[in-house]
Amino acid sequence: MTDLLDRQKLSYIAAQAADARLNVELETEGMTLNIGPQHPATHGTLRIIVRLDGEQVVWADPSAGYMHRGYEKLTEVRTFPQVTTLVNRIDWLGSFANEVPFILAAEQLMDIEAPPRAQWIRTILFELSRIANVGLFLGDLGVQLGAITPVFLAFRDREYVLNLIEAATGGRFHPNFDRIGGLKDDLPKGWVDETRQVMKKLRNFCDEMENLLFGNAIFQTRTRGIGVIPKDVALQYGLSGANLRASGVDWDLRRDQRIPLAYDKVDFKVWTHPDGDSFARCWIRLQETREATKIVDQLLDGLPSGPVMAKVPRIIKVPEGEAWISTENPLGEMGYYVVSQGDLGPFRVKIRTASFNNISIVPWVLRGVFVPDVITILASLYFILGDIDR
Amino acid sequence: MSVFAVDIPYWGQSLLRVLGGTVAVLLPAGTIVYLFLFKMMSFMQSRLGPMEAGPYGSMQLVAEVGKWLQKEDLQPLRADKRIFKIAPLIVLVSTFILVAVVPFGPDAYFTNFQAGIFYALAVSSVSVLGILIAGWSSANKYSLLGGLRAAGQLIAYELPMVLAVIGVVIQAGTLNLQQIVVAQNAGEMFGWNGLGNPYLLTQFVGFVVFMISVQAELTQTPFDMPIAESELVSGYMTEYSGFRFLIFFIAEFANVGVFSLIAAVLFLGGWGIPFSWFGWHSMGDVDNWMNIVGPLIMVTKMIVLSFVVMWVRFSYPRLREDQLQRFAWKVLIPVSLLNIMVTAVLKVIF
Amino acid sequence: MRCASRSWSAVVPLSDTGTEAPALPGDALRERIVDQLRDALGDGLVDSLVKPGVDVWVRVRTDAWRAAGIALRDIVGCQYFCFLSAIDWLPSPFGRGEDDPTAPPPERSTEIRQGYTGGDTRMQVFARVTNLSLHVGVTVKADVPDDDAVVDSWIPVYAGANWHEREAHEMFGIRFAGHPDLRNMYLPTEFEGHPLRKDFPLLARLVKPWPGIVDVEPLPGGDDDNEEGGGE
Repeated sequence: MTDLLDRQKLSYIAAQAADARLNVELETEGMTLNIGPQHPATHGTLRIIVRLDGEQVVWADPSAGYMHRGYEKLTEVRTFPQVTTLVNRIDWLGSFANEVPFILAAEQLMDIEAPPRAQWIRTILFELSRIANVGLFLGDLGVQLGAITPVFLAFRDREYVLNLIEAATGGRFHPNFDRIGGLKDDLPKGWVDETRQVMKKLRNFCDEMENLLFGNAIFQTRTRGIGVIPKDVALQYGLSGANLRASGVDWDLRRDQRIPLAYDKVDFKVWTHPDGDSFARCWIRLQETREATKIVDQLLDGLPSGPVMAKVPRIIKVPEGEAWISTENPLGEMGYYVVSQGDLGPFRVKIRTASFNNISIVPWVLRGVFVPDVITILASLYFILGDIDR
Repeated sequence: MSVFAVDIPYWGQSLLRVLGGTVAVLLPAGTIVYLFLFKMMSFMQSRLGPMEAGPYGSMQLVAEVGKWLQKEDLQPLRADKRIFKIAPLIVLVSTFILVAVVPFGPDAYFTNFQAGIFYALAVSSVSVLGILIAGWSSANKYSLLGGLRAAGQLIAYELPMVLAVIGVVIQAGTLNLQQIVVAQNAGEMFGWNGLGNPYLLTQFVGFVVFMISVQAELTQTPFDMPIAESELVSGYMTEYSGFRFLIFFIAEFANVGVFSLIAAVLFLGGWGIPFSWFGWHSMGDVDNWMNIVGPLIMVTKMIVLSFVVMWVRFSYPRLREDQLQRFAWKVLIPVSLLNIMVTAVLKVIF
Repeated sequence: MRCASRSWSAVVPLSDTGTEAPALPGDALRERIVDQLRDALGDGLVDSLVKPGVDVWVRVRTDAWRAAGIALRDIVGCQYFCFLSAIDWLPSPFGRGEDDPTAPPPERSTEIRQGYTGGDTRMQVFARVTNLSLHVGVTVKADVPDDDAVVDSWIPVYAGANWHEREAHEMFGIRFAGHPDLRNMYLPTEFEGHPLRKDFPLLARLVKPWPGIVDVEPLPGGDDDNEEGGGE
């Protein structure tokens, strides 16, 4: 790990020296290149302005905001149940996961606890959205690096998960299923068995990905030692999720925080990696996907019966107070700081998204790196534009 | 040449050669695009590929060509217009002049140079010029990056290609492609002539080096840095659309076909099947029907080799430019030099 | 540690440094954090609130904002920077845009009521940091002076505060002293106004009233049943 750090430092110094040398001796400037906002590699409209010396990045500056929809302002004109619809669309690949922290914060303010069955089903759907989201990541990773086959397998297997989510909630991408006090509906008949079959298929998919992509020598050469983020830098910038665990920090909100989801009833392993490079980040996400399938299996086995909705008043007025709840979303740590003043709707909602912090490290990590590595690093950091821009 | 025991005048022969050359370039391109790019890649990715145009999508090629032809002829404002227009043609023309030297039968060839393979290797580097000036004249930073990467990569991989071929030349004792074919089919391995002497078996190191270099020369993944779809959008081809892009597209797959043909000639025994099966001993013994069957055999061998090229293309991620160069200079070239030494030594001994 | 009881009535805000803290259904961990901060900041720590088993809120004086960050990072051990943002406590003069456009605009209170740990000004910055080894997070707030909205930048404390402060500056108009590159995060540079301030209207609701309000038009066919749209 130390020599990776040294390599990073050396390349940064080399980059600075190169730029200085260029500007003094040859009186040439580096080339300024716009990666994005329309580009196959950025997951959406992210614009990164890089200054190149040949193929080496001297200076990089992401310019987010092409998809800013003003969510925090919009929540101020909504009632509490309406915010769920809004909030689905932040991380649109694993969208059930966006609703959960907000609903939990509102429930904390109202001092309501959802019935156990609702909590377990919430957790199952949460893990399913994680699988859907990270399954796409695994495919997309291949495309960024040039392997065009894994993405089709990823989409094929993601369809199974989306069908499950659609059967339970009615929506593939934007379920809008969570309600303050529980869930909108119970699960359909036969869903539990169907989910078990799908989890088996997804474990096969993870194995396939591991063989096809991760075992490949070219993939290893492209990702090992690229974009090393040491532990203290990761903590300072607030990286979360797999990015943080890839830098060696053993922190998983499912295990380390007490929130009313069913995570304390199941057994799962939290994967970390000491290297902090792109390979570590990608590898951890693969292992987490497999782990998620195991979590879902355990949850399905122990699913309690009962109602799915607690007694809540018809018109929901949340008492005055402030609450912060964050969960281990597919992209990282997503949290809502809900301020209520006893009204029908929230007074202020601060949405803390994982990708915002994950991308704020880009100027630091892209110094001295080659252009193809820019793509690798962005792919391994894994962001969704809706998450950065809200 | 008298295929049907009819004397064809010289102008007729030239016309036939031109037509044959066009077919020999465009037919592989079309076959490879449809068979491998549309269908095989789709099946390997668990999808069906184009199915709408024609039964099972067989007319997709026609649809694609028609689509590209009717597009607007766009040129960037600041592009160097004349060079911008010439660049795709250079790449395509290099394919045509390359196929001129490939033999399809004992008498079915376009030209029969004494220095056949030397000419082929020399001419195959002309496409580098086309790619480089396409990248430069597009007035686009991405194209420029792609063009520069291409220049470095294609020149670096010329060397292993040449060195791999030298092993074949040593074994055959000639630069003439026809005689290389005959040497393979009429020869014998360690005294056994049941299979002829396909250089695939005796020069397998050279074969592997040659196929890897071919993959790089064609800028196919894992060596497709110049195109690098997820970084440079289309690399040097970014600003091309319509008919000019069609030419690049055809040239890319025609090159796959033609290089496979050359590899088939050099390593797989070309248009022939082992002469010992028919009791022939040299070129003069070969029957005339070989002139018709020969091209079919060549097409089969070409399809097998392009299958391998395409298969690797959509299985592997791409190497970074410096890793690519390192691979060429530090791995392929020493290996092929070693191959030459060993071949020379063994040739003298046996 | 999760308490069996979730009764909020047991929460007592500790605002006086001098009074003896009554025995609470304990959250020794969070109370110790408050004590550590009080020791480090002295009277820079203005107010605090501990919800046992849930969370801890701390309010510091504006000029102690950066010192609070340093204390949190070094003394309390909160290495992980979660986020930094601001709250505008002015009640919105536009309401939620769900009023009947034909009726006269309703009376709206303009009283500024701050939330937990109080406050004296209209806007406050707040940040959250987490101690990963103790599994506890702290929300720290500070007032932003009404006349000159300047707060010290947290970049020397947590490098990741860079983007968060840019966003807070753009959305609320708070300047962060010591920030090397305070420009807009999401909006174009020429954008005028600060969107997340409560007096910045949400034009969508002003231009067209929310369709789910009271149905003011008579239904076709002369039906007398005037259904209330409600808000859900």
